[in-house]
Amino acid sequence: MLIALKQFLLMDGYATYVWSAYGIVLGMLAIQLFKPWKRWQKLLKQQHLPTDE
Amino acid sequence: MPYLVVLLSLSLAYGLVGGLYLAPPDYLQGEGFRILYVHVPCAFLSLTVYAAMAFFAVSGLVWRLKLAFRMMTESAGIGALFTFLALLTGSLWGKPMWGTFWIWDARLTSELILLFLYLGTMALHAAIPNRRVADQATAVLVLIGFVDIPIIHYSVNWWNTLHQGSTLRLFAPSLIDPQMLYPLIAMIVAFAAYYALVLLLRLRCVFAAELGAR
Repeated sequence: MLIALKQFLLMDGYATYVWSAYGIVLGMLAIQLFKPWKRWQKLLKQQHLPTDE
Repeated sequence: MPYLVVLLSLSLAYGLVGGLYLAPPDYLQGEGFRILYVHVPCAFLSLTVYAAMAFFAVSGLVWRLKLAFRMMTESAGIGALFTFLALLTGSLWGKPMWGTFWIWDARLTSELILLFLYLGTMALHAAIPNRRVADQATAVLVLIGFVDIPIIHYSVNWWNTLHQGSTLRLFAPSLIDPQMLYPLIAMIVAFAAYYALVLLLRLRCVFAAELGAR
């Protein structure tokens, strides 16, 4: 089990490239998604409306 | 919007599990080929978002739809990020496969020009204080820049490039095993749903801010 997990994480020597690609893409897309949601919450607060938070 | 969130979550979950675990390693590129599952959707969306912007530009110029101009300007930032990520993940794929992060290859160079076009439209729109003039000038720039889209798509056919040819084909059988293909399609669907979701969230904020200012 642990060996299989280790092999999966090592990606046959391509771990640096594969995981950094996935990390950067998902991280930056998450930030871009979070920004308008945060702005929307701020707008609701300014207008004294209930927020999702 | 909730439907988009469900579509995004399900397709992303299947795409990630399929791309990282279920799909077998490539016979030549080994496990390194798994970068494809984030690189291809980013590259596909970089072109699709620009094509959508051109459609919004035409709609705004011909039918004078203000909403179309808003959709065009709000799409630019999303498209720029997809283009930047396509170039970045392409570099991370290129280093182990080609031995270099960057080469002035036709596909890579035309994709870099697309990034500059996105940044140019955003800069032009921000530089003109009159909203109506800014919308129209940006729409014209978007339409001029549209010439880069077929160049990017056909660059691998027109020139000798390091970049591989198309493996996903719309009107012919794809040159990729179904075990690898389905997670890739799921990731493209997830990224398309993501674009629609972020665009709607941005538009909601823009209109709410305008209504609040009145």
